[in-house]
Amino acid sequence: MEDLLVKLLEAVEFGKVDKKSPYPPQLRDMDGAHELTISAIEAGIKPQIILEEALIPAMSKVGKKFAECKIFVPQMLMSARAMGASMFQLKPFFASGAIKTKGTFIIGTVKGDLHDIGKNLVSMMVEGGGWSIVDLGVDVGSDKFVEALKNNPGAVIGLSALLTTTMVNMGEIVSTIREHAPETKILIGGAPVTAEFCQHIGADFYAPDPQKAVEYMNKLAS
Amino acid sequence: MKYKNLIINDPKELMFGIAPNPVKTKRGLVIGGGQVYAELNFTLPVMSINNSTLNQVYTHYREIAEGALEHALHMNSKGIVLEFETLLEMTKTPSIGVEIVKIMNEVCENYYQKHGLSSEIRLTPNDLREFERPARQRSSQHLEPMMELFEQGMIAGGDLLSIESTGGKEVSDEALMMCDVKGMVFALAVLGVRDMHFLWEKIVALANKHGKIAAGDSACGFANTAMVLAEKKYIPKVFATIVRVISVVRSIVAMEEGAIGPDKDCGYEGPFLKAITGIPISMEGKTAACAHLSPLGNIASACADLWSNESVQNIKLLSGMAPTAYLEQLEYDARLMNAALNAGKVHAHILQQLLVASDVYTDPQALILSPENVIRISNQLIKGDSYVANAKNGALAALDIIEEALLSGKMKLPELETGYLPILRDDLNTIPENESEFIAMMLPLLDESKFTLAEYGL
Repeated sequence: MEDLLVKLLEAVEFGKVDKKSPYPPQLRDMDGAHELTISAIEAGIKPQIILEEALIPAMSKVGKKFAECKIFVPQMLMSARAMGASMFQLKPFFASGAIKTKGTFIIGTVKGDLHDIGKNLVSMMVEGGGWSIVDLGVDVGSDKFVEALKNNPGAVIGLSALLTTTMVNMGEIVSTIREHAPETKILIGGAPVTAEFCQHIGADFYAPDPQKAVEYMNKLAS
Repeated sequence: MKYKNLIINDPKELMFGIAPNPVKTKRGLVIGGGQVYAELNFTLPVMSINNSTLNQVYTHYREIAEGALEHALHMNSKGIVLEFETLLEMTKTPSIGVEIVKIMNEVCENYYQKHGLSSEIRLTPNDLREFERPARQRSSQHLEPMMELFEQGMIAGGDLLSIESTGGKEVSDEALMMCDVKGMVFALAVLGVRDMHFLWEKIVALANKHGKIAAGDSACGFANTAMVLAEKKYIPKVFATIVRVISVVRSIVAMEEGAIGPDKDCGYEGPFLKAITGIPISMEGKTAACAHLSPLGNIASACADLWSNESVQNIKLLSGMAPTAYLEQLEYDARLMNAALNAGKVHAHILQQLLVASDVYTDPQALILSPENVIRISNQLIKGDSYVANAKNGALAALDIIEEALLSGKMKLPELETGYLPILRDDLNTIPENESEFIAMMLPLLDESKFTLAEYGL
């Protein structure tokens, strides 16, 4: 059983989605995350164990390698795809409550801004860290964040902006969220955003990169 | 495809300040006619644009233009270009953009009449179609205000017309993150090319109607996004290099439709456009570090006709307002290049060699911009019978150049980078040169919910 988890961890870490996937070359013709997850479930390994002892550690390794510039985004995305293949098999267990995530993360690019590369990276890494994701997309105003928060009480909010002209919209969104749910934790990020700006608008955390967002989220969950 | 031969064949003729087809402006600049001019670009500090702040917005732009021209006069400048790249609100409500052009044009005209200082405005509306997903490149309601701003803006004094158009971006964003070279060829050489034909036919017609200059486009949203992602170590530099070369086949369509330059500053594909079409180009490098970092600080100026800072916020520095400070830096760079040009071909060539040598082997993105490599790649970018074939051939030539530089030991790259070279080559080799075959190959691989073929005339 442990062998299966080790193999699954390796498949996710190196981005092996399924057996027919040619990537990565060193795992060619071997089972991928899809097959290994099915095997693990059939072997009676608890879904929560699969999540906590294979998937989350795998993505944590990926995040660390990325933060240390040892891999590029495409490799990270392949790992996320492998994790997605595994999560697809685990979906029924999330629905039944057999698996608990660390919480919910609501993320969106703020109003007026359509850039989503940074948002998607953060979303992917936080999900890999064991959180449920509600991705509101791009050009998101305060009303949508508040509505999502009503549907997911206690969720953490993430705001992204690429432009100096749209980052100012973060302030209004933070204020509106605070009016409705003052205790909500809000993290912000994006090229023009700074820790000083974060403090200025009353957000809780400035994430300079995806890994720092994951580390902050994990502290919240611990 | 219009261009089958290079206008500039000899790398030594690919020189800063000199273009085979210089562009003359109404206040007397001759861009590419033997000297380099500064092109100053600027933007607002962090602020909202709404009815209550409009007067502040107008004041900022007046101050920027006055500050820059006053200092240009003080520095005995031979002339400058002010690029007004609009922000979202200024294009959505064209009257705002037009008013800013009017304000800046008044300042330009005042300095011209009183002091004889030549300056022109490059008007660059932002591509509002970027703000719709899936993009509606041809049927978008955003097209109307964009074209209105172009027309009314040129009447108000915008003489050089540019845009950073975004056709194909909905496909390229994901392709960039996956290092998907086939996806990038599809985005740029299939979708991008079609959108460029659609858009630039209109821009050129408007420019001709009003006696203005259709200048050129930039693949900023594609190739500069790749460069910035590579700078952050998100994607390999070798991939960003290939994306730059592929972007040429898309940006050259503006010239095929009748644009005459100067091509836009952030288009580092400019040197290839200059070699192929003979138009003057604007470039940016070390003096654009206020806007973004790059590995091309010196080499970017090797064949620039305008020298730009990309963009700087109108904020106070110790020396003065930031746009004025950057104008000074650009002017000094231009002065040095002009001194070399005035001293003769040998001196200009020596300065160019130093600008090239100081960067060329530090990064593959710099490597492809040496005049020799620009000419070598450009030859491949025009030899095919389709844009797809040209993109593929140009990219393969760039890969050859990178591998030769590595083999010779002149350039060093980490294994994390070099590991992508065979992957990129294999991927490129799977691309058929026939466009229809390529489209048929790609459609099953792409998420068609993200783009609408009909919006590209397909």
